[in-house]
Amino acid sequence: MKPKTLSAKFYEAMDKLVPRYPTRVALLLPALHQAQEEKRWLSDETLDEIATYIDIHPAQVREVASFYTMYNLKPVGKFHLKICTNAACILRGADELVEHCEKKLGIACGSTTADQLFTLAEEECLGACGTAPAMMLNDDYVENLTVSKMDEILARH
Amino acid sequence: MEAQKGKWETIYIQHFREEARPLKYYLDQMEGYQALKKCLGLTPDDIINEVKKSNLRGRGGAGFPTGTKWGFIPKQSPKPKYVVCNADESEPGTFKDRDLMRYTPHLLIEGMVIAGHAIGANVGYIYIRGEYTREAKLLDEAINEAYAKGYLGNDVLGTGFKFDLTVHRGAGAYICGEETGLLNSLEGKRGEPRVKPPFPAQAGAFGGPTIVNNVETLCAVPFIMRKGGEWFAKFGKFEKSGGTRLFCVSGHVKKPGLYELPAGAITIRELIYDYCGGILDDKPLKAVIPGGSSAPVLTASEIDVALDIEPMMKAKTMLGSAGIMVVAEGFDVVKLIRRITKFYAHESCGQCTPCREGCRWMEEILGRIMDGKGKRQDTDMLLSIADNINGKTLCALGDAAAGPVISFVTKFKPDFEAKMPAGGTHA
Repeated sequence: MKPKTLSAKFYEAMDKLVPRYPTRVALLLPALHQAQEEKRWLSDETLDEIATYIDIHPAQVREVASFYTMYNLKPVGKFHLKICTNAACILRGADELVEHCEKKLGIACGSTTADQLFTLAEEECLGACGTAPAMMLNDDYVENLTVSKMDEILARH
Repeated sequence: MEAQKGKWETIYIQHFREEARPLKYYLDQMEGYQALKKCLGLTPDDIINEVKKSNLRGRGGAGFPTGTKWGFIPKQSPKPKYVVCNADESEPGTFKDRDLMRYTPHLLIEGMVIAGHAIGANVGYIYIRGEYTREAKLLDEAINEAYAKGYLGNDVLGTGFKFDLTVHRGAGAYICGEETGLLNSLEGKRGEPRVKPPFPAQAGAFGGPTIVNNVETLCAVPFIMRKGGEWFAKFGKFEKSGGTRLFCVSGHVKKPGLYELPAGAITIRELIYDYCGGILDDKPLKAVIPGGSSAPVLTASEIDVALDIEPMMKAKTMLGSAGIMVVAEGFDVVKLIRRITKFYAHESCGQCTPCREGCRWMEEILGRIMDGKGKRQDTDMLLSIADNINGKTLCALGDAAAGPVISFVTKFKPDFEAKMPAGGTHA
């Protein structure tokens, strides 16, 4: 048995969810979320530990985790900027924001700065079209974005 | 949220503010849980008939009559039945359910318990898109309040009716808004749509009979049950479509945001110019995508259409999830449809070849047209690929990708041709 790396809090949260579902495998998405909240990304060890907890094959965990874009299967920066570039946001200038961030951070979309501080990503529609352009900064929405608002955010972090 | 013109009665939007969130507000200001109390004294058939009378049609996009959907659930079932709320809200241009969940979470909870009683289900799930992290937490808090006061749990309001409710977060996949993709995701699988039949009403979540309803649909239920199906039906201006609707307006208007209006009461033109203040910088209008990005586009001369399901169908587009994206003259429509197509190519689950391959090819062709490397036959090629996707896939994502491409290419052909290299190149 490999030593556990997920916290007691993880196991408590999961055990609480067990009676909420008629099958154990239904815990997979909640477990991946909970683990990512703790570790910020899902390493091989973490995925294996989840497989052991749910009692499914490790490949099944990977098959599911890789289907969903929110699960980080490689390390991300401390600040994960996910800028929506879908229809409503490009109508409001989202592509200029992406370009601006790429220049300012010196990285292309989809990558992380060398100091591991920022990860920049293009995002599909966030459901904040009335306040476009919008992005997520880690778990929070930032709406009605402008280049100067973006500069402020980057400077603050 | 913009101030509404006083002309029409609204039921939701006046409550879209932080103060409305706690249970106390819901009880004091919205007659909260009165409908549930009433429903627990009614038979399931009484409830389903009232919902049928209301002419409530699904607010997620397909517009299926809600009461009829509930009526499909078998009375007796060896397997447990489920009420699932589709809170995946990921149709580009749509942002109404987010406000319903963060400002009036108890309205959704009450609607779900009533739905549970109506179909004989004791378990419900709110499948919420993963990005709505904050909203999921707010729902959890509201659910805890409801458990503490006996609106949820083993003995709802002392009647012996049991109903448990759990928030289940998605993780970034548009396809999970498709109801069977959603159910797979709820079960801990990849969110790939299932072959239908069986429909969820026969075999849905965990193999049990299941109703899957959109957030706004379920939020209408407490009002319908308290004030009567007829009251709700009377809002509608067209036959068989009742209630108010939350219209999500985005893009090039002066006042984007949510607008609540009776179904079919006004036209797209009126919404844009009388409610949203007209086009940004008073530019001329170029196009309107009227029902989320999956809806075929309308040109500036096609917007005198009433905002309801049937009139939009007659105009060969759809009201869908009522996400209305407005495009001003001067914005590159080829760039817009390319971005929309990139979205479908990214979100295709890959099960059906026409969708998986077709969306990618459409994206690539639109990309080369954008880059000035288009070929003269590319517009015909796009139409041909779209035709090969349309109606040839398991779920509606294929149609959703094809319809917009067909409509943009057909209605804005000169915009595409203007990008072709001079004289046109050959294959």
